[in-house]
Amino acid sequence: MSMEKYRINPANGLEFGIYTLGDHIPNPHTGERVSNQQRINEIIEFAQLAEQAGIDFFSVGESHQEYFTTQAHSVVLGAIAQATEKIKIASSSTIISTLDPVRVYEDFSTIDLLSDGRTEIIAGRASRVGNFELLGYSLRDYEALYEEKFDLLRLINENEVVNWEGEYRAPLRDAKVIPRPKEGWLPIWRAVGGPPGSAMKAGRAGVPMFLATLGGPATSFKHSIDVYREAAANNGHNPNDLPVATAGLFNVAETTQKAMQEVYPHINEGMKVTNGQGFPKQHFAQGADKRDVLNVGSPQEIIEKILYQHEMFGHQRYIAQMDFGGVTLDQLKEKVDIIGNEIMPAIKKYTSKRTEE
Amino acid sequence: MEIVALSGSIVGSKTRTAMDYTVQSLNEKYPEHTVTLIDLADYDIQFSDGRNYLDYDGDTKYITQTIMNADAIIFGTPIFQASIPATLKNVFDLLPVDALRDKVVSMLATAGTPKHYLIPEHHLKPILGYMKAQVVQSYVFIEEKDFAQKQIINDDVFFRIDRLVEDTMILAETYQKMKEEEDKKYDF
Repeated sequence: MSMEKYRINPANGLEFGIYTLGDHIPNPHTGERVSNQQRINEIIEFAQLAEQAGIDFFSVGESHQEYFTTQAHSVVLGAIAQATEKIKIASSSTIISTLDPVRVYEDFSTIDLLSDGRTEIIAGRASRVGNFELLGYSLRDYEALYEEKFDLLRLINENEVVNWEGEYRAPLRDAKVIPRPKEGWLPIWRAVGGPPGSAMKAGRAGVPMFLATLGGPATSFKHSIDVYREAAANNGHNPNDLPVATAGLFNVAETTQKAMQEVYPHINEGMKVTNGQGFPKQHFAQGADKRDVLNVGSPQEIIEKILYQHEMFGHQRYIAQMDFGGVTLDQLKEKVDIIGNEIMPAIKKYTSKRTEE
Repeated sequence: MEIVALSGSIVGSKTRTAMDYTVQSLNEKYPEHTVTLIDLADYDIQFSDGRNYLDYDGDTKYITQTIMNADAIIFGTPIFQASIPATLKNVFDLLPVDALRDKVVSMLATAGTPKHYLIPEHHLKPILGYMKAQVVQSYVFIEEKDFAQKQIINDDVFFRIDRLVEDTMILAETYQKMKEEEDKKYDF
């Protein structure tokens, strides 16, 4: 197994990360919303807290519409690069469809240099589509834009000098995209959600996959991972060289009951304003079951859930969304400590390849 | 509660005539609830392109939001080519898959021939079920001969619409109570 070029050593066990969509939603308990400036600064502080707790990874997404505040996510990541020293940083996701891959590569190479080689790109197609009209693209080209621009981004990553022609951007003739990242190359992941078609495309192309697992039984996501690895193998890629990561909702408290009580109003209200539909209580209640991917519970429950998922998925990284819907920084501080002190040591202990005695 | 009465075609008058009486019946018997009539003929609605319903603009967004905010919906539809009109199907396509979860939905159909009697049962009800609606099982079916000069001329039709309105509201009120009881079970 060689995932070295993705800066992952599976022998060290499952990586634990945190991600934020950069949502900017009122706290449902008070109805109050912090300022844009405070929210952005708190995201940077959140990344620092994650680093102090020994968390492996922190990422920030972009959504170009109301109730979000990290549209310029690469700028925020630049600030995080400066504010931290060892944690891996990434976008979750960069909506490559409506950006210029040359510009994205310039930005993320620069962030990689600023962070001394800690930067990755997760490129997605957008589940919220406010960016299309705002940035001058048609939603009709949703799939074609993504496939073309994602391919170009990867081409730039593999070649310092690029010759390219496509439909949605001016051609590149002997174009030198600089600066190059620290090691000359960035880990670039495909963000996958919904039906397994996108997972198959990731597998065929031999790119690592970030899978959104927001709710429901773990077995329903296993299918996407299986077809991903199968598509990779059928197209001449070794699935053992390709890391898989999952992303999902997370909350930890002393008891599972408290964890659910605390976070339900945030998730429910947050989903209402960003997707137009809340989280049905019946589904959320089922989320407490070990077989469900919703990682909400006591530290022990969460450890068991993550290990259960790891056994099923064989993934290399899990990232937690825990600030969604106006959760305060004070609440997050406490939870980040629990992750660092209780959850991560247990997960690493059981997932790292210990030498045989 | 928010009640929506929707007339699902942009041509013809029979469905609108029947929905006008439906709204009148709702307002008279249930004045404590808000009733909104949507006649698709009054709006310029785009075809669904798969985006989230909040991401549409103008009339399209008004229609999707009004339906999503409703507690009960009465869909009125003519029968075109042995099915519901494309305009009404488009409304469903604009919405999320489980858009009708926790909503009580009933059906009223107008048609040129009694041969279309089972079309709502076979073409509309499965869509409502798929979208997780609580469907009122009986529906009102009105024929050409029940109308004259944009008026309903068969008294039996008024009685049937009144019963549909009552059935819809009884189920909606009961469902709300049931939902409150259900939600009380959960301690979060």
